[in-house]
Amino acid sequence: MYEKFIKKYAPTKDNLIYILHEIQDNHPQQYVSEEAVQEVSEYLKVSPAHIYGVLTFYTMFSTKPRGKNIIRLCESPPCFLRGSEQILKKLKESLDVKIGETTKDGLFTLELCACLGVCGNAPVMMINEDVYGDLTEKKVEKIINDIKGRQE
Amino acid sequence: MSLKIKVGMASCGLAAGARDVYQAIQKYLENSKLEADLASTACIGMCFAEPLVEIIDADNNSLTYGDIQPQEVETILNDYLEGKIHKDKVILSNIMEGSENENLKNQTRIVLRNCGRIDPESLQDYLENDGYKALEKALKEMERTQIIQEIKDSGLRGRGGAGFPTGLKWQFAYDTPGPKKYFICNADEGDPGAFMDRSVLEGDPHSIIEGMTIGAYAIGADEGYIYCRAEYPLAIKHLQKAIKDAKEAGYLGKNILGTDFNFNLHIKQGAGAFVCGEETALMASIEGERGMPRIRPPFPAQSGLWGKPTNINNVETLANVAWIILNGAQKYNKYGTEKSKGTKVFALAGKIKNSGLIEVPMGMPLKDVIYKVGGGMKTEKPFKGVQLGGPSGGCVPAELLDTIVDYDSITKTGAIMGSGGMVVMDEATCMVDVAKFFLNFTQNESCGKCTFCRVGTKRMLEILTRITEGKGTMEDLETLEELSENISQGSLCGLGQTAPNPVLTTLKYFREEYIAHIKDKRCPAGVCTALLKYEITPEKCVGCTACARVCPVEAISGEVKKPHKIDQDKCIKCGSCYDACKFDAITKS
Ligand SMILES: Cc1cc2nc3c(=O)[nH]c(=O)nc-3n(C[C@H](O)[C@H](O)[C@H](O)COP(=O)(O)O)c2cc1C
Ligand code: SF4
Ligand code: FES
Repeated sequence: MYEKFIKKYAPTKDNLIYILHEIQDNHPQQYVSEEAVQEVSEYLKVSPAHIYGVLTFYTMFSTKPRGKNIIRLCESPPCFLRGSEQILKKLKESLDVKIGETTKDGLFTLELCACLGVCGNAPVMMINEDVYGDLTEKKVEKIINDIKGRQE
Repeated sequence: MSLKIKVGMASCGLAAGARDVYQAIQKYLENSKLEADLASTACIGMCFAEPLVEIIDADNNSLTYGDIQPQEVETILNDYLEGKIHKDKVILSNIMEGSENENLKNQTRIVLRNCGRIDPESLQDYLENDGYKALEKALKEMERTQIIQEIKDSGLRGRGGAGFPTGLKWQFAYDTPGPKKYFICNADEGDPGAFMDRSVLEGDPHSIIEGMTIGAYAIGADEGYIYCRAEYPLAIKHLQKAIKDAKEAGYLGKNILGTDFNFNLHIKQGAGAFVCGEETALMASIEGERGMPRIRPPFPAQSGLWGKPTNINNVETLANVAWIILNGAQKYNKYGTEKSKGTKVFALAGKIKNSGLIEVPMGMPLKDVIYKVGGGMKTEKPFKGVQLGGPSGGCVPAELLDTIVDYDSITKTGAIMGSGGMVVMDEATCMVDVAKFFLNFTQNESCGKCTFCRVGTKRMLEILTRITEGKGTMEDLETLEELSENISQGSLCGLGQTAPNPVLTTLKYFREEYIAHIKDKRCPAGVCTALLKYEITPEKCVGCTACARVCPVEAISGEVKKPHKIDQDKCIKCGSCYDACKFDAITKS
């Protein structure tokens, strides 16, 4: 079932990270499943152990199902100095989750991450591929609601 | 078309809401008699004032508006049509005094020459600004050794952190014989507080391609990789477009500019591992492995990607190359100090007013960078220190602000130039806490190969945590210094070797703050929660009971209309009462 993502790339080992990104991004639950690992292993002729080694080494990959939208709040010092803690509190409250958890409706997973390179607009978070900066509690509320609204 | 409107659409602009502004302008133009060309550009460096909109008229008079909200677009453009300018909103201009004119005047822009000015997705824009002229000159008028000599003469040193002379590095790769060589661009920028590489990749991708192609030609490589962190999707998108356009126009690929030189360029994405910025780890990652550093030698120039001779340079380093080839080494090395030539881009973050990117000649005193170009402090609170070089760097205190920014002077303070991140801190920052945060970062990112890096940083982190909780001892300070020594010595790569720097420099310059946490159980900056004490001033308390009602652990008692009291044993220092009191009766110390 992952064939169409896998076959986009030549069967060489250096394409492994690309293939894993592709699989994860296209999975509604944003993760790389056991079956996917198996398929990639056969295609690239590398062992599943190697693939798991790579999957667990890089923080952006997940081997567990997650929400449709991944929220990654930057916890690095420049954002911390400008109040990322407050934003984290707000996110936890409005989503009613702890760090690493997925909301009951499966819409959001809350994660922390290192610097996103937009420190000039700290505090910053990324939701999927979009960056949101100069965050305030009010802004967070609106961003979350907007995304919720778009799902319906 | 007489009028041009440009919106800053780099990640910083988008993060601040530039897309909505762009759409508002688009809609406005559809329904108004104002005729203008709407285009997007990237980041001019004034991230603090995003979203930015620039209006340029037929006579090249330019007005840049800052902090534009979508709902303001209509009024601003309507008024512009009538010749009315919202002066308070204009931050940059060539026809009037904008608040940031001075900021730009103090800069020298080589790396950032096109950022925030051209449309990064337009090859045409790049060509109109001397784009690919250096490549043409290099391929058609210069010997390969001449190119390397020119880069040597310029004095350019690697901007990725270590400051190794770029020309010499190219020479090594040139000298290693072999039919197959690689040229890599390190775009894995991960230092917290650094974002110059992102800005160049997003704002001027062709300059990186041009720099790489010149370098590849010089060392004799026919294949290249740009390794970009996956957290930069916009940079990757702009690079992909730029590579495609450059190839179609004959600046990349086969028989470049009609010569027999071929250079194929690929993009590789990371997946969220800071250590992959280390060159040997980066090459392992390109090969599809876990990104673990390995021992050098052999150096990449001898045995790099897939065992072949490889040259690897940082984004900012490469952004200098075309300028140097076109303008000459002499013009470049006019800027800077004896051992640090040219300019350096700094990323200003933290408690500074003008957070964003600036480019200044090497040798400018730190205090000018922070106060003249950076606009000084963001809040009323005075300057306390600046972290230079991210988690591998160190904290420089106020008394050393006369230090000039060049490799050697910064190293003397115990910090490093690193990639050029400057995180500014004010008096409200606890230095122990900050050191702990930087160490937490390196501890998280350690690949785990070396015991000292993996376990040593963890031990240090435990000690720092203890100190911030008021449970530290004076011996802990010695243990920290000892561990630092061991970690620096016993680590294989730069991550471990430099991890103790933030702790060592704060211990050196802010030791009394550590001691206050340990001996007096006091956090002078009032940050460390465990050391806070909330008390009610009886004279000010009117007995409104607001505090008692919000306290989650019922630590506050007292009768209505009579002064209340906090039971210190029960208090969990959450600060709810402090926020709830309308009479300023609760003190935090
Ligand atoms: C842990 C670690 C992370 C690094 N991250 C980066 C990075 O993100 N970008 C970079 O250009 N260099 C980084 N470096 C430095 C590279 O190893 C290498 O020195 C550099 O890319 C060489 O390019 P330059 O000579 O142009 O500076 C890092 C080094 C270490 C030890
Ligand atoms: S010093 Fe740290 S990050 Fe570097 S190789 Fe050793 S364990 Fe890995
Ligand atoms: S520290 Fe948060 S984006 Fe850089």
